[in-house]
Amino acid sequence: MKFVDEFRDPAQVRALLARIGRLVDRIGGTRDRPVTIMEICGGHTHAIFRFGLHRLTPEGLEFVHGPGCPVCVLPMARVDDCVELAQRPGVLLTTFGDAVRVPGTRGSLLQAKADGADVRIVYSPLDALELARRTPGREVVFFALGFETTMPATAAAVLQAEREGIANFTLFCNHITVPPPLRALLQDPDMRLDGFVGPGHVSMVIGTEPYRFIAEEFHRPVVVSGFEPADLLQSVAMVLEQIAQGRAAVENQYARVVRPEGNPRALALMDRVFEPRDRFEWRGLGEIDSSGMRMRERYAAFDAERKFGVGYGAGRARPAPESDGCRCGDVVKGAMKPPACPLFGTACTPQSPVGALMVSSEGSCAAYHQYAGLREAAE
Amino acid sequence: MCLGVPARIVAIADAGRMLAVADILGVRREVNISCIADPDAPLTDEIGRWVLVHVGFAVSRVDEAEAQATLDMLHQIGEAEGERGHLRASLLA
Repeated sequence: MKFVDEFRDPAQVRALLARIGRLVDRIGGTRDRPVTIMEICGGHTHAIFRFGLHRLTPEGLEFVHGPGCPVCVLPMARVDDCVELAQRPGVLLTTFGDAVRVPGTRGSLLQAKADGADVRIVYSPLDALELARRTPGREVVFFALGFETTMPATAAAVLQAEREGIANFTLFCNHITVPPPLRALLQDPDMRLDGFVGPGHVSMVIGTEPYRFIAEEFHRPVVVSGFEPADLLQSVAMVLEQIAQGRAAVENQYARVVRPEGNPRALALMDRVFEPRDRFEWRGLGEIDSSGMRMRERYAAFDAERKFGVGYGAGRARPAPESDGCRCGDVVKGAMKPPACPLFGTACTPQSPVGALMVSSEGSCAAYHQYAGLREAAE
Repeated sequence: MCLGVPARIVAIADAGRMLAVADILGVRREVNISCIADPDAPLTDEIGRWVLVHVGFAVSRVDEAEAQATLDMLHQIGEAEGERGHLRASLLA
């Protein structure tokens, strides 16, 4: 409780921690057999570590860090395809800053750039479109990735390109959706999760309805949460409350931003441009049915896979093996904590990541590496 | 990548493309407002309002208190400076 005073509302945080403690006792969570709650979103993972919430909560409660970091779950084969695209003559490859460091089997986009490929970091897909407008002689490819929060923006960029007849702009689409990997995790016989803290900003787009199957089919509580420490603790308390009462429902702690129906206009934009692929590979989790999106036939001209014959567009589904010793898959499933991985902090660091979970600050290995030791050092 | 950054709309840049100018962490840049703008009101009504922006796209409207709370959190977790860096490096800033 030493650092509670740092929070914006220490009294509220203290009260929530006491409530969480009582609920964990009531449920019977212990150090050896803790109540396990998965926070799905990488932003939540980052906040939990940054604010030290995993240390403030009782030993009988364990946070399991979910697959909600799109950079972390991007498979090596897709990075390889992207590197190959970037190396083609005339291609100007654009993407978000996080994505350029993800290792493929033949290095990252950053290494491709160092070797002479034209790779540029943009803030928005609309910036990539602007680059296409300004450089009509180049093929501007946007390496699109992200969950439902990001998808409306890329859909809007494609529709704008269509309206303006911009012919040198394509997407290499790696968009993924949140519900299918959760189903895959819940169907895994080794899974040991008691409840979920749902993503705040993905839910801003998709609403709360898509999580209903978790409660109804798998009888686990889900609480959609904001990002403040008090939001996260309140959401955890709400999950525990449901477990203690033997209930499983979808609840919304972040109602000040998230509406049950999400953002219908954003959903319509996404639906116009994208459709689910039959399967998509996730790093550490393997192929998951209907978990990735591709561009609809109508927008084939803006689809880099079709235009350049790469990836699934080339009929290739070639899962690339992870590096030797990398245990990202077990960490994502909650079967292992990052420091238990033999590569953690030695062969694999944020400066030189081997596994995907070390790449982005939202990845649980990177969060552990950055923050796990700080509080003890301060004490 | 999943954080929405609060921004205040300060001008309409291109009504045809649904682009507004927003102040995001002190950096001004164009953002698409097609998913939050009220279809029955002039776009200029959006000026002064707060929205959550993710990769150049306004995904949700927020009130000022919520925006301030989120901004405080971004500063606390050290994300604000990184986000500002991305914004400054972008073409449309």
